[in-house]
Amino acid sequence: MTPAIYDEATANALPRPPRGDWLKRQGKWLIILPPMLFLLVFFLIPFGFALVISFADTAVRVPPFTDILSVSPDWHIHLTLNLGNFKYLFSDEVYGLSYLYSLKTAFFSTVICLGLGYPMAYAIARTSKSTQSILLLIIILPFWTSFLLRVYALEGIIRETGLLNTALLWLGVIDHPLQIMRTTFAVYLGIIYSYLPFMVLPLFATLEKLDHSLLEAAADLGSPPWRAFIEVTLPLSMPGIIAGSMLVFIPAIGEFVIPTLLGGPDNLMIGRVLWDEFFGNRDWPVASAVAIAFLVLLVGPIALYQHYSTKQLEA
Amino acid sequence: MENRISPFLMSMLCIGIAILYIPILVLIGYSFNASALVSVWGGFSTSWYGKLMHNDQILDAAWLSLKIGVVVSTGAVILGTLAAIALVRFKIFRGRLLLTGMVNAPLVMPEIITGITQLLLFVSMLHLLGWPHRGFTTIVIAHIAFCSAYVTVTVQSRLASADRSLEEAAMDLGSGPVRAFIDTTLPSLVPALASSWLLSFTLSLDDLVISSFVSGPGASTLPMVIFSKVKLGVSPDVNALASVMICLVGVCVLFAGYLMRRAERQRVMDAQMAER
Repeated sequence: MTPAIYDEATANALPRPPRGDWLKRQGKWLIILPPMLFLLVFFLIPFGFALVISFADTAVRVPPFTDILSVSPDWHIHLTLNLGNFKYLFSDEVYGLSYLYSLKTAFFSTVICLGLGYPMAYAIARTSKSTQSILLLIIILPFWTSFLLRVYALEGIIRETGLLNTALLWLGVIDHPLQIMRTTFAVYLGIIYSYLPFMVLPLFATLEKLDHSLLEAAADLGSPPWRAFIEVTLPLSMPGIIAGSMLVFIPAIGEFVIPTLLGGPDNLMIGRVLWDEFFGNRDWPVASAVAIAFLVLLVGPIALYQHYSTKQLEA
Repeated sequence: MENRISPFLMSMLCIGIAILYIPILVLIGYSFNASALVSVWGGFSTSWYGKLMHNDQILDAAWLSLKIGVVVSTGAVILGTLAAIALVRFKIFRGRLLLTGMVNAPLVMPEIITGITQLLLFVSMLHLLGWPHRGFTTIVIAHIAFCSAYVTVTVQSRLASADRSLEEAAMDLGSGPVRAFIDTTLPSLVPALASSWLLSFTLSLDDLVISSFVSGPGASTLPMVIFSKVKLGVSPDVNALASVMICLVGVCVLFAGYLMRRAERQRVMDAQMAER
């Protein structure tokens, strides 16, 4: 071993520096531990509880499920795992169908949001710095406004006697009101309207950093603008596209308020099924199993989002 | 760089902004409608706002939501800032990856899953420990968990771009690390802290799904009351209430944005002064 290398092992072998240095070295835990423990107990561990309860049976008591661990009078510990809840998820097709339906709805909403949000973000990125901050504020403002109230506001436009139908009737475009509420179209409209800012903001963040000399170089070399866009701008803005898409796609799958308020009975998304299982049927073990199965399917998209958003932070 | 924006981009931007704003503006317009029939314009009136003031159910819910909001945003700013300091300043510690994950996950986790899992935790805790009873306490805890994530993300980016030379100078002059941090870096974080407090407040004030799960009997927040009314259809008093909430949140966000911008300008000016 060369003496020049000073690593942790040699540092520990040296006599420890005196005085309250233990506090100095370990003091950082006073900062790390409070948020760590809080999030551990109140965010992460709850998933463990959901997992445990998804293996329980329903019971007529408070809380409405059985314990999976029990100790019999002769000191045997019994572990009772009820796999029936998960089997039920596969046997009753409402869960599979609602999950697929949620995926489909979230996917198409994301694509439409991207189609609308990309040109918006691009336009904002090409304005001057001072205009940019005003436009960004305009985009951010609805993002912080209550989902519930915005969905309610949308209802005011598209319901049978709403502004849209009144205007179209008055203009003579239609002669009887369009049925928009309680349709699939209304659900799409609601999701796009609610999640558009989530798409625009990350896209703007990548497009703003785009080096315009690359586009100029492409133009100088005779590339038409559309080709420069496809070969330069689009690949370089990929992190923003992925981050924005995941920010729309993931919460949209679990959306509850929009299909409930704007959708009809056909728009059975997984969020609504979960809500009904919990508050309607009060079957907590099955609801837990639905939540766990849902979460397992979300791990991929969430990991993808984390990967690209950290990449974007480092850039 | 040329600043010409093609008509296509311009029109997409206008369409997008129109989609975002028209429903809200129409809602606010309808809230001044004198007619009780939501589809007929019966002249300008502020009577629905007056009626709000006498609706005890709404006033109670609003008071509960405001109390929750204040406690939540204070707690979230403290915890979120500690997490941000931990992630920016301590590059290596056991559990860093875990903390990073737990800070980012609430931002994308569907609310309905967070709500269900937290309810199951609270119910089990009450069963095993006799605490907490569902209501104010559980809503506050659940909201702090997701609001602190937003605080951490906001403060983290400020802290990462903060200039450490002043803090190092203070330490060279004999201050302890905590003292040096409080005297030099903390004041520069104040705008970020203030804006993340306001943003936590609006997030807490707006939350419906998580509150519905973790709340108990008798504790209905404002969004819960609105949701139960809205399910029955459009009603003029909800229009008035929604307009009040949207304006309140709008003022909070604009103020937060103003604080951040002023701080940014100050920082740029200081940097220019320092270069001279």
